[in-house]
Order: sequence, then structure tokens, then C-alpha cells
Amino acid sequence: MKQLRPLTITGGCLVTPDGVKPGVIRLAEGKIVALGDIPPDDGDKIVDAKGQLVAPGLVDLGVFAVDRPAFHFGGITRAALMPDQLPPLDLPSRVSYIAKSGKPDLWIHPLAAATRNLDGYELAELGLMRNAGARGVATGRSWIADSGVMARLLGYAAMLDLPVIAHPEDGGLVGEAVATAGEMATRLGLPSAPQQAEVLAVARDIALAEMTGARLHIRQVTTVAALDLVRAAKQRGVSVTAGVTPAHFMLSDLATAEFRTFANLSPPLRPEIHRQAVIAAIGDGTIDVVASGHDPRGPEDKRLPFSDAKPGMAGAETLLAMTLTLVRDGLIDTARAFDLMAGAPARLLGIEAGVLQEGYEADIALIDPERPWVVDSRKMAATAGNTPFDGQPAQGRAIALFKGGVPIG
Amino acid sequence: MASMDTSSTSGRFPAGGQAFPHRDLLGIGQVERHEILFLLDEAEQWVEMNRQSAKHSDTLAGLTIINAFFENSTRTLLSFEIAGKRLGADVVNMHAAQSSVKKGETLIDTAITLNAMRADAIVIRHGSSGAVDLIAGKVDCPVLNAGDGQHEHPTQALLDALALRHALEARGEGSEDFTGLTVTICGDILHSRVARSNILCLTALGASVRLCAPPALMPAGIEAMGARPFTDFDEALRGTDVAMMLRLQTERMSGQFIPSAREYHHLYGLTRERLERCAPDALVMHPGPMNRGVEIDSEVADMLDRSIITRQVEMGVAIRMACLDVLTRKGRGVPGWGDNDGGRQKDEGQWV
Repeated sequence: MKQLRPLTITGGCLVTPDGVKPGVIRLAEGKIVALGDIPPDDGDKIVDAKGQLVAPGLVDLGVFAVDRPAFHFGGITRAALMPDQLPPLDLPSRVSYIAKSGKPDLWIHPLAAATRNLDGYELAELGLMRNAGARGVATGRSWIADSGVMARLLGYAAMLDLPVIAHPEDGGLVGEAVATAGEMATRLGLPSAPQQAEVLAVARDIALAEMTGARLHIRQVTTVAALDLVRAAKQRGVSVTAGVTPAHFMLSDLATAEFRTFANLSPPLRPEIHRQAVIAAIGDGTIDVVASGHDPRGPEDKRLPFSDAKPGMAGAETLLAMTLTLVRDGLIDTARAFDLMAGAPARLLGIEAGVLQEGYEADIALIDPERPWVVDSRKMAATAGNTPFDGQPAQGRAIALFKGGVPIG
Repeated sequence: MASMDTSSTSGRFPAGGQAFPHRDLLGIGQVERHEILFLLDEAEQWVEMNRQSAKHSDTLAGLTIINAFFENSTRTLLSFEIAGKRLGADVVNMHAAQSSVKKGETLIDTAITLNAMRADAIVIRHGSSGAVDLIAGKVDCPVLNAGDGQHEHPTQALLDALALRHALEARGEGSEDFTGLTVTICGDILHSRVARSNILCLTALGASVRLCAPPALMPAGIEAMGARPFTDFDEALRGTDVAMMLRLQTERMSGQFIPSAREYHHLYGLTRERLERCAPDALVMHPGPMNRGVEIDSEVADMLDRSIITRQVEMGVAIRMACLDVLTRKGRGVPGWGDNDGGRQKDEGQWV
């Protein structure tokens, strides 16, 4: 749907990279045309933000399902879809189909499968998939075990200037594990893998990115030592970015007590020391992206014994509220929170969105950062309610959403 | 001391249902020390009865007990079946390993099916940790865990404690608990639910527990459960009062954990020479099935004065009788075990 009539949002607090300031924003023909201390033009439709935050629509990097109601509930206007679909996104035709699937009110940016059928052996047709609309390449739910394949992938992606989104877990160490080795997994008797599985994978992928000059984005970095590796690589000037989902800064492996399968995630939840390290890494800029990892799973995948259940959480609805807890804790400011959830992922994908800036896409979320609500797995907008935050009080909700200047819902 | 009169324990434990205020027996992790002692004391009467020629009680007459075993088992299943039958219950065995589960039915659906058949107690063994907890949440009769994955096997720990208590009594060293006793559990700790339940049970009863396994078979963070890990078997055995041997659970291993059975025996097999390193008259235990010549030598397993392996099997029936009796008391309307004086709220611990 095209924006037919210019729209001006008044009376809000604009979330810009320089901070939050009162101001007005004018949207026309799907773009941001002016912002700051400007008067509305005659004939504009006027929306009064009533003092709430006027923020860029969130850009969710690395989701597993196109789940429009959940994304809109969560203030998400764009999502980069992981290639782990049925069938996988390893052909240009599938990529171009997915690239159009969300329009007009939700834009899906497909991530191309790095290898055919995501099996980690043969490179997929990355150049053709880029032309079909792929904004990045992803290894899927698991790593590429063969270092030779990974090196060639990174070199090829560097040539195409596509970011490579990697899943950092050494498959040999992980095996059938569903938990991080430690007291919790031992008490529960869950098959577990040492956290070094992540450290090894991050170390290898950074070394190969350094060698090939590729843009490497590690989708979830969740351990003390792996975060140190990312920090050091950034200091050396390696083109590496790191992401995380709210589960790994809100929860430790204590959440798996009583075999709660909603807390069965990939990578698995870690002992508390790692959660603290993730929080510190968000604070010092080592972590660039906070994403939902949205992966709705119904009872057929989750109402099972813990180690038989599929990993993943429906995270789109809680991404905003959980990230805003970091603002209330004084770890980051509001501008940084929206850089984590919108600005940085948009830059990574090379799209002109995710920031309130003239000429950029008019993807806007009106947000009440204080609005209290309770996460309830039975009442979620998502196709399944598998949230590890079930029953938890939360604060912060998107109250209106505009995609390309057009109101949603 | 043992008598057919259940009131023999009165005064030492909370009255009525408060002595064991749980609907299910899911693990030793959920029960208190005095509740363990209560179950052990309750079992004494059944030990006595099982040694008579007429081994029958009508305590559970008319009740239906379903043994749902989703994993192969011989001795535990047999032990539960005998326990139920000696108490007069109608016992039905479901070998789920070769049933509708193979046809794709989910565990929850199977549980709901069993529940609809109005069982008075369900005994479950399953290959996945937490599976029994999951079923317990979906049925409205008592559930007994007969082993879930690598998590817990509570009746095994209880029968081990009872066997140990009897052996110490026979020797004139009997006391209520195991304070001052050192127990070394050796073998595949990583994959062993027996080890986990025994660590919890033995430490709750005051014993010091040592664990011994090659590094690949020792779970991370196990010392947080109150046990001391060793890799050197001779060191672990030094001065120990009880050596509890576990078998290698090769069926749970993906990949190689030890080079060979021969090498394992060389490093971790309990031989007569190694037994000398333990305390004088140290006892030998094994939950079975034994792999003679791997973790334990035949001559050690068969030492009449030291090995209590067959006594463990004997106590198994008595412990399971006690558990079935205690858990069905509320359903049978035993005075003091009614609706209002046991049973915890299921949904405690909500966020809001």
C-alpha cells in the first residue's frame, strides 16, 4: 500500500542516534522527509504522539518464521528471515518469493542459505540469490563443520559484499546436547555440552573472517570467553559483529528447572556468570544487535520431555520490553537500545531504515516505554506461545506502527 | 522392631499425611530427610512379610496399578510388579517400547490414555530426563518414577539405603542414618540416574559420597551436589566403607567414551586387591545388571560377607511396596491422609 497523503507526527519524543528529544516528524511518499522542530504542512494528516517515543520500527535480524501479528505486536516492521525453512532458502526462486511475502506492511529480508540444503558441504548460488533479494547469507541453525567450506564461503560472500550470519556452536562438542554443562544440567540429568563449544566456533569464524575480509555477524554470542574473542577482534579491526537474544541477558540456566521446555533454546541457556558477561558486553558495545530469534513452536514440538523438545522461543513480542529493561537498569540509553534493535541490524543488511533520518523509510513505531503488561503464553499474538518469559511482568509496548508512512492495524 | 502395625512409626514422624505430603515420588531431590526415613521405616514391615511363606496383603485390594515402561527393564519392572501383587493390587504392565508409542502417539497422549483408564497409581520409566515429571503434570493419580533418562531413580536410592541399613544392623553397627559413613560410587556417573539419586539420598542421610569415573564419564559441576569427584580409583577407594559399582551405560553413549572394556577394567574394575584398599569389612553394592569382569570381578560380586548385591534386590520389593502403600493412602481414604492434610499446591511459584 502506497502512502497517499503526507503524515506528520506531533507531540512525541523522537528517538534519534543523538538521543531522545521532543520534535515533529513528517512522512511523505513512504519516506521520512523532515524531522525536528518543524511545523506541519497544510493538508497533512496529523497524529498526536501524546508525549510517547517516536522510534524507528524494529528490524529483527534472524527470525525463523514470518509471523505478522507477533511482529506487529512487538513494533517490528522488518525481519531478516533465516534460511531454515521448508524447503530451505537455497534457490533464487525461493528467495525472491520470500522477499515479497510480507509486503506491504511487513518487509521480510531473506537470508540466503550458505550451503545447499543447509547441509554444510556445497556452496549455494549466493550471487543469484543476492540478485533475488537476499540481504545476507546464513549458516542456519548449526555451524559449518568443515573449515575449508567456511573459509570459501566467507571469501565468496566478501566478494559479493554480503554479511555472513553464523551460528557459533562446535557440532562435535554439542552432539545431542540440550543444555550447558554445569550444575543445572547435571542435577537435571540433561545431555549437555561445555560452553567451550561456542568459544571454539567463534574463534574459528573470527580467524577465517580476518583472513578473508568477510563481514561476519555471529548471531548469538553468549559466553564469557567468546565475548572476549569478539571484543579483541573488534579492536584489531576485524569486520565482526555480535548479536544476542533477550533470553541470554534475562535468564540463566536456572530457567530450565522443572524441565521447562520453553527454556530449551539454541544455544542453550548458560550459567549466571555468562549472563552477566552478556550484559556487560551490551554495555561496552561488544554486542551490536539484540534480536528476537522468533521461532514459534507449538505443543507438538514443546510438550515433550526437555531433551526431546525442539529448541527456540517465540520472542518477537517480548524483544522490545526486555531490551528496555537494560535502559531502566541504566546500562544503556534509549538511543542505544534502538540502535541494538533497529539501527545496527539495518546497517548490517544495508537497508535505509532503522534510523530516524531524512530520506530513510518511514517505518515508525510509537512506543510507550513504561506501559506495564504481563507476558502470557496463552494470549500471545504469535502462532505459538513458547516464551520463556511466561507469567513475567514487563514494561514497554508499541502502541502504533507505521510501515512506509502507512498506519498498520 | 518391624511389625505389621504402621503405627510403629508414630511419634517419630509428622502425623498422618504430613509424614509424606507428596502426591508423587518423582525424585529424591523433592523429598526431605525425614520423609526418606519415613519410607525406609515403612518398608521394614514389608521386608518382614516378604520373608514369610505367605506373602500377601490386601492393603491395595481393588486398586489398579499401571507399570508404563517406555524403556526396557527386567528387574525394576519385575520388582514393581511383585510389589503391587503382594499388596493385593491389580497390576498391569505396559511395554511401551513396543506399543502405540512406536505408532507416533505422543507421550502426553499416552499419559492421558492411562489416566482415562482410572489407574490408582502409575509407575513410569522413560529414556528422557524429565519425562516422568511431564506425565505427572497431566494425570490425577500418584506417579512413581522408575527411572527417567539420566535424571533420577528414587526407588533405587531408597532400596540401596535400606539394604545398607540392614547390612550395618546385621553387623551391629546399625543407626538411624549414615552419619560418618563414606560411600564411593564408581562407574558411568555421567549417564547414571542411580548415581544422582544415590548422591542426594546418601548425603541427606549424612554419608560422605565420593565419585569415581574417567573424566569423560564425570558430569560437570557434580561437586555442587555434595559429592567429591575422583579419577583415580585407588585413591577414591582408600578407607571407604562402601563401594557401589555402576555399569557402563553403552546404550546412552554416542561416540567413544573409553578405549575398551579391558582397559576400563584395568583402571576401574573392582578386584579383590582393590577391595583391600577400602575400610576393613567394606561392603560392595551394585544396582545391576552387572557386567562381571568389567566393573566388578566375579569373586568380589559373590563374596558372601561383603557383597550385598542380592540384598539390594530383596529390599527393592519392600521399598516399592512401601512407596505404593504410602502414595495410595490418600486415594484409599486412610484416616489422616485425606484431602485437606497432605498434597501441595501444584501451581506455586507464579511470577504474579
